[in-house]
Amino acid sequence: MGEKMKRSFIVKNLNDMELLAKSVAETVKPGFIIGLKGTLGSGKTTFTQFLAKYIGIKDNVNSPTFTILKVYKGPLPLYHMDVYRLENIGYDYELDDFIYGDGVAVIEWYPYILGMLPKEILEISIDVVNESNRIVTMEGSGIYEDALEIISNRYGN
Amino acid sequence: MIVLGIESSCDETSVAVVKDGKTVLSNVVLSQIDIHKEYGGVVPEIASREHVKGVTLVFDQAMKKAGISYEDVGLVAVTEGPGLIGSLLIGVSAAKVIAMNYNIPLIGVHHIAGHIYANNLERDIEFPCLALVVSGGHTELILMKEHFDFEKLGETMDDAVGEAYDKIARVLNLPYPGGPQVDKLSALGQDLYHFPRPMMDSDDFNFSFSGLKSHVINFHHNKVQRGEEINNADFSRSFQEAVTDVLVHKTAKAAKTYQVKQIIVAGGVAANRGLRAKMLERITFVPVYFPSMQYCTDNAAMIAAAGYFKYQKTQTPSDFYLNADSRLVLK
Repeated sequence: MGEKMKRSFIVKNLNDMELLAKSVAETVKPGFIIGLKGTLGSGKTTFTQFLAKYIGIKDNVNSPTFTILKVYKGPLPLYHMDVYRLENIGYDYELDDFIYGDGVAVIEWYPYILGMLPKEILEISIDVVNESNRIVTMEGSGIYEDALEIISNRYGN
Repeated sequence: MIVLGIESSCDETSVAVVKDGKTVLSNVVLSQIDIHKEYGGVVPEIASREHVKGVTLVFDQAMKKAGISYEDVGLVAVTEGPGLIGSLLIGVSAAKVIAMNYNIPLIGVHHIAGHIYANNLERDIEFPCLALVVSGGHTELILMKEHFDFEKLGETMDDAVGEAYDKIARVLNLPYPGGPQVDKLSALGQDLYHFPRPMMDSDDFNFSFSGLKSHVINFHHNKVQRGEEINNADFSRSFQEAVTDVLVHKTAKAAKTYQVKQIIVAGGVAANRGLRAKMLERITFVPVYFPSMQYCTDNAAMIAAAGYFKYQKTQTPSDFYLNADSRLVLK
């Protein structure tokens, strides 16, 4: 297995976050798996909402924390998961069909279910600098390398 | 008509016997809260196993307490969704077994319809009625013009209110479930920090609690970093005031716009004392009702009540293909 490609992006405000999410949205394909991590309030759900908007989801995307999974219909369906509560368990078999589905899977707190995930996913880590600034680091190999290349060209910095 | 209600959507196994959607003959609730406490939240896999362990016992107790036999039951009502799929399936399967075995009509009920109908257990719902549904997974304003007619006026754009409570509680290192702890603490504190009131003046009936949550968490984080002392009671009170201001304001606005005859508050957060007090204090132009504490949290009596009215209206039972749907939409 080759090295993972890694890129960091400086996000200074909500507009930047939207632009970054849009750049990601423009590269997604059926079966894409995006893992998100970052502390409470770092912007994981916000990022997902912007991503959803640009992959063409019309419905309001709100937090899946309570039910762990929410499914949205669109040109590419979105499977939005928050696996925070699976920290000490590591899996939830209901998620299998969606992680390996034909839409885009976005998994908040993905490190908690690493055992369920394939080797190749797009890992996104959001680090809080202050109230509005974030450093967003993306890593991936295989098909996600190509995507990452395009994302950094589109987003710049 | 005697209705047997079954609820297992999350971490409570409950069976109830309710007459005519109103009179509770029994309502047995087996809570798993102590089991999930150590994980800081409900763990789906564990929840479904515990439902399996408890369900037979809960059925037996509910029937015994009500003093009836299955032959007396006219309808079996069960939560079909939304919720955790593994948990829902236990209730749905049990309901099917009883219904099939004793040849009783079966009806699937939406969990939130249940929370709304919890109000009917203590007084009749009058229409048009506005329901504020607040829980760990929901924050919605629903208009009802008649029985089993739900029109969603607005909802949360991001986090549910109960979820925001739980996350704030986590920052304060309070034990799970955090919402009631924050409520308890806030009674001892002052609104010193005046946190923002998100979407207070937006011209729709939607809510947003994610930005407030982030603001409050960052505020706490900065104080800790600067070595400043934080009084958890004041912090809780400030958060609670912000949240309840928005909930009460939007509810009042919707009640006026749609000229409702009553407001009912439903869901786990309906047990919040700060919310109850503020609702009653600020909304005086129309009666505001809350279910008593035992019917705020998940229970099967509310499912039996909702099932009764759904059956009255539709006259159509669900068939035995009824399946649990973890993402069922209220309609």
